[in-house]
Amino acid sequence: MTAELVVFVTMGAVAAVTAAAVVISKNAVHAVIYLVINLFAIAVLYLALSAQLVAFLQILIYAGAIMVLFLFTVMMLNMTGAIEMTDDKLSKQKPLALMLGLLLIAEVVVGAVGLLNQPSAVAIGEGFGSAKEVGNRLFFGYLLPFEITSILLLAAIVGSVVLARRKDDD
Amino acid sequence: MLPVGYYIALSAFIFVTGAVGVLVRRNPIIMLMCIELMLNAGNLVLIAFSRQNASMDGHVFVFIVITAAAAEAAVGLGIIVAVFRQKSGDIDMDKLSEMKG
Repeated sequence: MTAELVVFVTMGAVAAVTAAAVVISKNAVHAVIYLVINLFAIAVLYLALSAQLVAFLQILIYAGAIMVLFLFTVMMLNMTGAIEMTDDKLSKQKPLALMLGLLLIAEVVVGAVGLLNQPSAVAIGEGFGSAKEVGNRLFFGYLLPFEITSILLLAAIVGSVVLARRKDDD
Repeated sequence: MLPVGYYIALSAFIFVTGAVGVLVRRNPIIMLMCIELMLNAGNLVLIAFSRQNASMDGHVFVFIVITAAAAEAAVGLGIIVAVFRQKSGDIDMDKLSEMKG
């Protein structure tokens, strides 16, 4: 119990701070690095919740593949500079967004306090969260969504190739 | 396991941070990363409730959400690259108000 609390507090603090740093940081490369740290911290929380497969998928796919894609785009477009809101068209947007965000935080904190008295967690079996058990669930309970996922990925591949192609190729 | 409210509170904070980031920042890549933050917050709640109820359905949902996030990132970055070719320079999302084929 106490070990889990220590893990939660440290990794939760890391995740919260890096999440704020992603929003605050001026340099896009720094933001990507902060997001990678955030994803690692959340992966450790997944391990604490005995979701091994999802934790390693998070590190491999999110922190590995997707973040490399982001870094690659930042590098290719050389978008390291800060883009500030210079347009006065939406000058009230930033304070309004901050105010509404704080309101939302207050609302969900009130909601989460009501959830603190949940019944204790149901006991889990031996292989909970392992690749075998999750695979069983995926292929026997959720086969159709899994197949639709592959169509989604195919559409994304074709779409990004079409979007990123130079127009003078055809 | 810790009470599930702890994880919900953390996830709510990360989600709101991502939402505020999308509203406040004007760099399209950082806006996409804030969307990833929000998706992650949702994933954390799914895993927490999955552990709470000793049911592995949440893991399957997270798997599918990660796939959708990968697709979203690929298409979103493709759009950014395409817009960058048109505009050639730093992109301010507020200035991309006209759409043209």
